[in-house]
Amino acid sequence: MNVELTFFFLIAVLAILTAILMITRRNPIVSVLYLIVNFFCLAVMYLLLHAQFIAIIQILVYAGAIMVLFLFVIMLLNLGDETRFSERANLKKMIAVGLASVVLLQILIGMGLLTGNGSTSLSPRATEMGTVESIGKVLFTDFLLPFEITSIILLAAMVGVIVLAKKKFQ
Amino acid sequence: MNVTSIPLHYYLALSSILFTIGVAGVLTRRNAIIVFMCIELMLNSVNLSLVAFSAFLGNPTGQILVFFVMTVAAAEAAVGLAIIIALFRNKQTVNIDEINIMKW
Repeated sequence: MNVELTFFFLIAVLAILTAILMITRRNPIVSVLYLIVNFFCLAVMYLLLHAQFIAIIQILVYAGAIMVLFLFVIMLLNLGDETRFSERANLKKMIAVGLASVVLLQILIGMGLLTGNGSTSLSPRATEMGTVESIGKVLFTDFLLPFEITSIILLAAMVGVIVLAKKKFQ
Repeated sequence: MNVTSIPLHYYLALSSILFTIGVAGVLTRRNAIIVFMCIELMLNSVNLSLVAFSAFLGNPTGQILVFFVMTVAAAEAAVGLAIIIALFRNKQTVNIDEINIMKW
């Protein structure tokens, strides 16, 4: 087993572990911190795939901006542990986890991942494809119109958030 | 040439496992903010499979799509958290079992 594969398994196990810890912790702030670790693991995965731009954006936008927003809202609402939330519905939870594993099995079979005859080599273009320069070139030529439309989406979201979170809205 | 030893289906399997954990979280948790975080986890797992396909096919469109998904996710997170704040102001709770004003 070579170094790269060992590193992949290390990061993959860490990502799965933090995701499971994220959905099982009572305290929402601890959940957010585990989710941030999970996002860093995914950024490492993007680096393994030579997608540097996406990896940096992942850390800046997801781990940096969005998760700080989540932490801010949790602390603003002053949510403690979920002790008063009902925990008696254990049968329901087991059914839910069973349903989720059925989904996993379906995905694995549907993609043919259990038979496992996937490609093992990255495309030769992969190394120069993920840099900021080449992503920017594609973004501002072929995908210029969608790029401009995202700015309208962000503006609409900004206006909507201000209206929703205003003190009195009628 | 750049040859790596990590096969494509390892990335896809990791992505589907993370997606399933997100589904399980959405189904089991009662705290609206944690349900929302599980949705972010599911978005990220799909991003991972998009980037993996993009790198293995040598086509940058997958990475552009991930960029747009992140933009929309940022807008979605802001709007969703604003809705949660408005709900908390009216009902004093974020437990999704107690929020049933849309139920008939």
